[in-house]
Amino acid sequence: MSETQNILWIHGGRVIDPANNRDETADLFAVDGVLVEALSDAQKTEAHKVDASGLVVAPGLVDIHVHFRDPGQTHKETIRSGTEAAAAGGYTSVVCMPNTNPVCDNAGTIQRITDTVRQNAVIRVYTTGCLTIGMDGEQLAPSGQLKEAGIVAVTDDGKCVQSNEIMRRAVEYAHMFDLPVMDHCQDASLTGGAVMNEGEWSLKLGLRGWPKAAEDIIVARNVILAELTGAHIHMQHVSSAASVDILRRAIARGISVSGEASPHHIEFTDACLEDYDTLYKMNPPLRTKADREALIEGLCDGTLACIATDHAPHSPTEKDQEFDYAPFGIIGLENALASTLETLYHSGRCSLPEVIALMTHKGAELCKLNAGTLSSGAPADICILDPDEAWTVDAEKFFSRSRNCPWNGRSLRGRVKGTYLAGRPVYDGNAITA
Amino acid sequence: MSQNLDWSRKDLIDLKPLSRAEIETIFQAAGAFKKALHKKDKKQDYLKGRTVVNLFLEPSTRTRLAFEAAAQNLSADTITVSASASSLTKGESLRDTACNLKALQADIIIMRHSASGAPNYLSKAIDIPVINAGDGSHAHPTQALLDAFTLIDKLGPLDGKKITILGDILFSRVARSNIICLQKLGAEVTIAGPSTLVPEGFRSMGVRVCHDLQPALEDADAVMLLRIQHERQTSTHFPSIGEYTRIFGLNKARAKWLKPGALIMHPGPINRGVEIDSELADSEQSVILEQVTNGILVRMAVLHLCHCHHRGLKIKLPA
Repeated sequence: MSETQNILWIHGGRVIDPANNRDETADLFAVDGVLVEALSDAQKTEAHKVDASGLVVAPGLVDIHVHFRDPGQTHKETIRSGTEAAAAGGYTSVVCMPNTNPVCDNAGTIQRITDTVRQNAVIRVYTTGCLTIGMDGEQLAPSGQLKEAGIVAVTDDGKCVQSNEIMRRAVEYAHMFDLPVMDHCQDASLTGGAVMNEGEWSLKLGLRGWPKAAEDIIVARNVILAELTGAHIHMQHVSSAASVDILRRAIARGISVSGEASPHHIEFTDACLEDYDTLYKMNPPLRTKADREALIEGLCDGTLACIATDHAPHSPTEKDQEFDYAPFGIIGLENALASTLETLYHSGRCSLPEVIALMTHKGAELCKLNAGTLSSGAPADICILDPDEAWTVDAEKFFSRSRNCPWNGRSLRGRVKGTYLAGRPVYDGNAITA
Repeated sequence: MSQNLDWSRKDLIDLKPLSRAEIETIFQAAGAFKKALHKKDKKQDYLKGRTVVNLFLEPSTRTRLAFEAAAQNLSADTITVSASASSLTKGESLRDTACNLKALQADIIIMRHSASGAPNYLSKAIDIPVINAGDGSHAHPTQALLDAFTLIDKLGPLDGKKITILGDILFSRVARSNIICLQKLGAEVTIAGPSTLVPEGFRSMGVRVCHDLQPALEDADAVMLLRIQHERQTSTHFPSIGEYTRIFGLNKARAKWLKPGALIMHPGPINRGVEIDSELADSEQSVILEQVTNGILVRMAVLHLCHCHHRGLKIKLPA
């Protein structure tokens, strides 16, 4: 270890720290990876100085829903490429879903991922454990051992536990370890062979439709089970207006449930599938304008706690198929800030601090991560951004190994100018510097 | 014979983007081929030296044979590939299969595929004409064209005519293409059948939705029957074939609700005694076999028009 301290001084920026209701032009200081109130004169002379005038200084972004495919499908993404993509998107903390190969239903796999993260990650990566063994929905996974191995939540994301009895017990069991349960809400009996939202467009395109009821039924079930068990259940990538309504009423009744929305569900609708473009194929599917509106409402009034990308890499060859055969999922980490700013901030629906809250501390609180704030003493994880700078998304230049991004070619406002992890630069607006 | 023929497409994937004038161009060409059909040599030489590939990745008899006959009547060489005999079963992608067919000097690809949108994908993947011979539940443009051609032949212009499509609409590419085609030609379309296979959502396409047969049949100028597609349904959409026949089958008693002279149509394959009473299928009102013959003619027209446009040739028709 070097004797000299790692000192960061970001000056002249608009500091937005929603967790602390802070929005002011100010300087931000960090020493040895931790935010501090002030620097001594000696420290100031030594500090790495960053001029942020005209820019916004926010907490490093937090995404509680990503797929990094490592281990098992590293042709799609790795811990390295995934965290580089995240850093380029302004993220400093991400929560990985457990549907790797092998799946995260045992402490050994968690340990392996943690080792890879230690060696290869450029930002903080948190793991989740499966709810059930093999994500088969039949037998409880060992949440206690998984927690000891480091997971922050349990989920069978990508699959939904169909048995109400297993779900009830899984939730009850995880609650004992204070682990939030995150559920991918999908009644599989209603979605056999389905590839898109059921409605006017599925009828026109002749594609098998997926009714919103498949999500709503499980959201309602989870509300009932959260009330029964007292455990917290978080609904992943909510896509349906009725689900937002169910959540809103449950939260008003004091039931411990929450939900997230993804950037694509608040921007696109099923009309985007008109040309059978597989870049718009994801699970849950894009819904209607009314659903999109309801999701935005839910984000604005707090019913939906946060924005999560569901970053789901697939190789170009896998997506280059007949619509029915292409896998579900798109990537979004590198443009999520910009597209969310377009949908929520530039549209006039939310203030800038509100959008930053949805992308930082609110998700961090759900998974109890030490992230998402600029509080004194917090890790110096920082995102410097220009909310107004326009740029054109070019998936060929992504750090992600995959290219399955429906925003490719679009012009968006909101550019990440720098990402700092524990006070050190990891992304400078062009390149990874970690 | 010289005429103003409105056609500027290399592919026929879906009827949605076609104008009424373009559809009428196809009928004009089909009409010219019909006259020539009864001559001593029914063959034309418009596709002489060209190779037409029938890429049939889902079972088909009528459509495949009609396309083969159409291509051969235009003097093309034809190659037919079926799913079981293709490398797709060995994991080759559709893009690679198509590129190989092109490298094998195919000039036109006619494709039948179980996945909706597959021909849209294929037409973007290669630069030779792609003709959709039916994709999933999406579109079957040449079937709709031959149905409308048959209807016009029997009823005259379709403006204001009432056409009822009865059966499994939800999974039917024939129904979707017919709704689009008939509406473009000015007809009013009613769709009828069980609520699970004829969902209300179809109203967004501008059709009348009926779950009661009498009103669906009594003012119709023609009724098109559709087969129950066992291969596409999950078992949950209706109780049994027997129930379907009892409630929605076209039998002689129900046929009396039809106006005299109303036509009975079916794209085939028919399931006698299920959606249609056997005697009705063979009755005076039935034009089922004329549909099949007309199927060759409209497919000749489509192949000829797309080929001419792709090659930059002036469209000629038999005198």
